[in-house]
Amino acid sequence: MRPGTEQELAEAVRDARGPLCISGGGTRQGLGNPVTGELLSVAGLSGITLYDPGALTLVAQAGTPLAEVEAALAAEGQMLPFEPMDHRAVLGTSGTPTAGGMVACNVSGPRRIQAGACRDSLIGIRFVNGGGEVVRNGGRVMKNVTGYDLVKLLAGSHGTLGVLTEVAFKVLPRPETCLALRIDGLDDAGAVAAMTVALGSPCEANGLVHLSGPAETWMRLEGFADALKVRAGKLAALLSARCGVSAEIIEAEPARAAFEGFRDLAWAAGQPGDLWRVSVAPSAGPALAARLRAAGAGEIVFDWGGGLVWALAPEGTDLRPALAGPGHATLVRAGPETRRALGAFQPEAPAIAAISQALRARFDPRGILNPGRMG
Amino acid sequence: MEMPTPDASILARKPQIVARLEAVLPPGAVISDPMETRAYECDGLTAYRCQPLAAVLPASTEEVAAVLRICHEERVPVVPRGSGTSLAGGAMPTADSVILGVARLNAVLETSYDDRYIRVQTGRTNLSVTGAVEADGFFYAPDPSSQLACAIAGNIGMNSGGAHCLKYGVTTNNLLGVTMVMMDGEVVELGGAHLDAAGYDLLGVVCGSEGQLGVVTEATLRILPRPEGARPIMLGFDSNEVAGACVADIIRAGVLPVAIEFMDRPCIRACEAFVHAGYPDVEALLIVEVEGSEEEIASQLARIRTIAERHSPSELRESESAEQSALIWKGRKAAFGAMGQINDYMCLDGTIPVSALPMVLRRIEELSAQYGLEVANVFHAGDGNMHPLILFNANVPGELEKCEALGADILCLCVEAGGCLTGEHGVGVEKRDLMSVQFSPVDLSAQMDVKDVFDPGWLLNPAKVFPLAASEARRAS
Repeated sequence: MRPGTEQELAEAVRDARGPLCISGGGTRQGLGNPVTGELLSVAGLSGITLYDPGALTLVAQAGTPLAEVEAALAAEGQMLPFEPMDHRAVLGTSGTPTAGGMVACNVSGPRRIQAGACRDSLIGIRFVNGGGEVVRNGGRVMKNVTGYDLVKLLAGSHGTLGVLTEVAFKVLPRPETCLALRIDGLDDAGAVAAMTVALGSPCEANGLVHLSGPAETWMRLEGFADALKVRAGKLAALLSARCGVSAEIIEAEPARAAFEGFRDLAWAAGQPGDLWRVSVAPSAGPALAARLRAAGAGEIVFDWGGGLVWALAPEGTDLRPALAGPGHATLVRAGPETRRALGAFQPEAPAIAAISQALRARFDPRGILNPGRMG
Repeated sequence: MEMPTPDASILARKPQIVARLEAVLPPGAVISDPMETRAYECDGLTAYRCQPLAAVLPASTEEVAAVLRICHEERVPVVPRGSGTSLAGGAMPTADSVILGVARLNAVLETSYDDRYIRVQTGRTNLSVTGAVEADGFFYAPDPSSQLACAIAGNIGMNSGGAHCLKYGVTTNNLLGVTMVMMDGEVVELGGAHLDAAGYDLLGVVCGSEGQLGVVTEATLRILPRPEGARPIMLGFDSNEVAGACVADIIRAGVLPVAIEFMDRPCIRACEAFVHAGYPDVEALLIVEVEGSEEEIASQLARIRTIAERHSPSELRESESAEQSALIWKGRKAAFGAMGQINDYMCLDGTIPVSALPMVLRRIEELSAQYGLEVANVFHAGDGNMHPLILFNANVPGELEKCEALGADILCLCVEAGGCLTGEHGVGVEKRDLMSVQFSPVDLSAQMDVKDVFDPGWLLNPAKVFPLAASEARRAS
């Protein structure tokens, strides 16, 4: 089914006789637990509904290609703050990422550490619940505490609480340019220590990535060209004084290309094995990486200053026991069997799992929206 | 203000309920003498008052859980209360409710500069969170103007904002985790020092739920390194339209100030008379603050100056010293106090799209004339969060009601302009009955479904957020 309007989509959900497998552009279809059901495509609901650059707001129908959103923003010198990753290369999918799909998966990138996640920039939604009713929450203004914040609840709910039909964002001015500092040869602990110094300084580094082999540590700065050079110099001096490391300054173009690769996990694209994504407190990153390696992980990359640990592992390996503390481990890429066996998402404490289950039962009483996707 | 009829059986059982609460709390933590519970009869929305059944002041998560277990068993409503600064009646009691104050939960539990968070008990005041980390060069970003008094618990309940949201976001963007006690006494952990949720973003829906889903006793908050410096520029204009256009141009130019504050003539005059900040007598005044290193501040202010000059400001004053900065901010920070000097006032809190600013200000002026009540405007222009202050005389019979009617009209205007009823104060009891202006029955039903899941008995913070008629069937079942 491919409805062309919100009303048609609501009717399609209302009249559905069985499970629906909800899809935007299909590029992130491999995320979460496998779902079987009739395909319900949101791609027909396409187009930017409202863009008010002076108010830093953009509203788009859920099926709008992300590229269209980003092009409209770029034309006004603005951007989505959270730097959403493109999953196509790493998941081996094709098609067009959509605004709604990105929200449903709460997709962010390296800038998340400073600018927040997709859910932080999301200020309004419209969705169709499991009963086929259209629900609106939030709005088009960036400060809004009117009623409960279902916007956050729906972001990252992978279509299991409702089918998004429209999404509204707070956007930001696109920085004039960027620079990066690159340090080679640091071990995981040394890299996280250096990134911690940067994040604890007023230098506003907003992309902090460490590749563990061959070891490269990258720190991105964004802003006006004149100010950036000074800031980069200050950060380099600070890293030298506090960590005894010397950083090379990388110019805008290569820095931009490098971070695009980090954002989309270019290092993992085409590599065999399962892909795990583990979120922990940054200081817990290095020890976690050691445990992940002991559990069978191969290549490991840190983002978010050390708090986001990506790991490749042989197919079917359960890396979750290596977490051994607060945080969560998500199986981002694996065959359906493995995702079914290990569960794509971190199991929740019983009280939280009961709340999640009860919310699903309320929003989708018939259990037809991507059933089983999140447990 | 219509409130549900108090449950007579609860009022009759007061001695037993108080005795049960006293049995699980230390001496002095249960307040039941009507002389003493009077302190809890209202919050910052002083127009409405009601004595609670009792008030309790637990000092630990375990004590909160014990209180809630008893109230759950006794079917007694519970009103969580931070510091009682809500301007929306978010902590207003009902006669059959127990006030659960978190004032004694005020410890800093843990600080990590490496992971940039602080874990506190939620009775701690907003400003004292920054106070705990500022010597080490860090701060907690959300800064509601009541920050000296307001508690983190209330900030989380209302998803509080402040003057610096344009750059740093509001509470929900700076909240990493909570320890929360459910109405039945079960303690749950949401989030923590790591980022994002494993499953549904329950933390996101708890923040801003006005204490209706659980009682948050501990919070993990993001702290940030303090910028090297900050400096404001003051811009005066002959019309609100031009000032509004200047705000939009600054934002479109790619400069992201940490704050853009807007004051109109009635507000400027009142502030000037009150604190003598040296404000010019203009139609509209903007205070734009930027931060960063000295070079970055200079370069950003130069850009703003260029943009502003295109709009022919009647006044353009860039701060050149800490003293001048303080003076520029002095009037703005005294705005509410200045209004209080003149009159009683009601502070509204709608948000509008920034682009609708000139139209909304013009319509407010018309409404003000129509009702015969003066309205002064002071607000966070960068994010569209307006604070029209309606001046009235509470001693004149009927004037409060007239003021409320004007307030409702202004908030409906905000919704009509594409905005919302409340940007940072919350719905509470104050805007409860206006919710159906902004939301359809289906929209409200989806929110109330969440309430049903977390608090099936509807015992937590009764009679707030949802129109009583809309929630009646759920409360009864």
